[in-house]
Amino acid sequence: MNVPLKEKKLLEVKLGELPSWILMRDFTPSGIAGAFQRGYYRYYNKYVNVKKGSIAGLSMVLAAYVFLNYCRSYKELSESLLDCFASGGVSPDRVGLVHRLI
Amino acid sequence: MNENLFASFITPMMFGLPLVTLIVLFPSLLFPTSNRLVNNRLISLQQWMLQLVSKQMMSIHNTKGQTWALMLMSLILFIGSTNLLGLLPHSFTPTTQLSMNLGMAIPLWAGAVITGFRNKTKASLAHFLPQGTPTPLIPMLVIIETISLLIQPVALAVRLTANITAGHLLIHLIGGATLALMSINTTTALITFIILILLTVLEFAVAMIQAYVFTLLVSLYLHDNT
Repeated sequence: MNVPLKEKKLLEVKLGELPSWILMRDFTPSGIAGAFQRGYYRYYNKYVNVKKGSIAGLSMVLAAYVFLNYCRSYKELSESLLDCFASGGVSPDRVGLVHRLI
Repeated sequence: MNENLFASFITPMMFGLPLVTLIVLFPSLLFPTSNRLVNNRLISLQQWMLQLVSKQMMSIHNTKGQTWALMLMSLILFIGSTNLLGLLPHSFTPTTQLSMNLGMAIPLWAGAVITGFRNKTKASLAHFLPQGTPTPLIPMLVIIETISLLIQPVALAVRLTANITAGHLLIHLIGGATLALMSINTTTALITFIILILLTVLEFAVAMIQAYVFTLLVSLYLHDNT
């Protein structure tokens, strides 16, 4: 049975066909919105919308939020780390701690 | 150190795109909707909490005031969730921005006051003069009451901004102090760390209380005017 390339899922696409598969994805606004909606419902139905949902469903979302915010402020944090180094306020072993949990 | 302290209050932009919009919209992801009678645990918990709060807050109003229930409940949920999310490491709290709090306070206050003036004009104007005032004092008192009315939205906004900003700043400062003290004197650092823990607990409480206070005051202004 020959399924057209456009309708194959990612794991069914052969390696040689990958670039053309990526280019054929729906990059219109409604397509991107649809992708976000599908992703959201996949996560929601797997971890939250279950009979005995636990705190893990919510915590994973919050952990991802923290991680994304850290990525966003990485540049500023490393610059302030350099300033701290130059003024002699922080010893080298405390390097990791200066990217502090605030 | 000083510049770093206020860096977390800068509006987040990435490649010139306003990331702040996404951050403001994020709490809505944590409140899913459902059409079922029996829901999953997250939604059940949220519905129970919402029912508790709405019963407590909307019971003082008459029918006309209770039409504001949806607005007030969304308000308390939004402010509460935004403040609590701001306590996570590295996150940005939109309610620290005065612009946003003014944007919430002024329309709500103005809506309540204008409703009062349109529907119960005499009673609304009567609010400017408390009962039993001695006659010579009347002009001064009317001026004072007018000022006190006009300052309500500003007070609402500034109260929320100042409380949340001050809390975040204190956490930054005491955290920095703990770090700096660790290489000098470990015992003092431990004491400072305990202070930091207590402060964080306080901040959790403040986050929720501020949401409550904001909404309660709007509800009171509404009660005066419906």
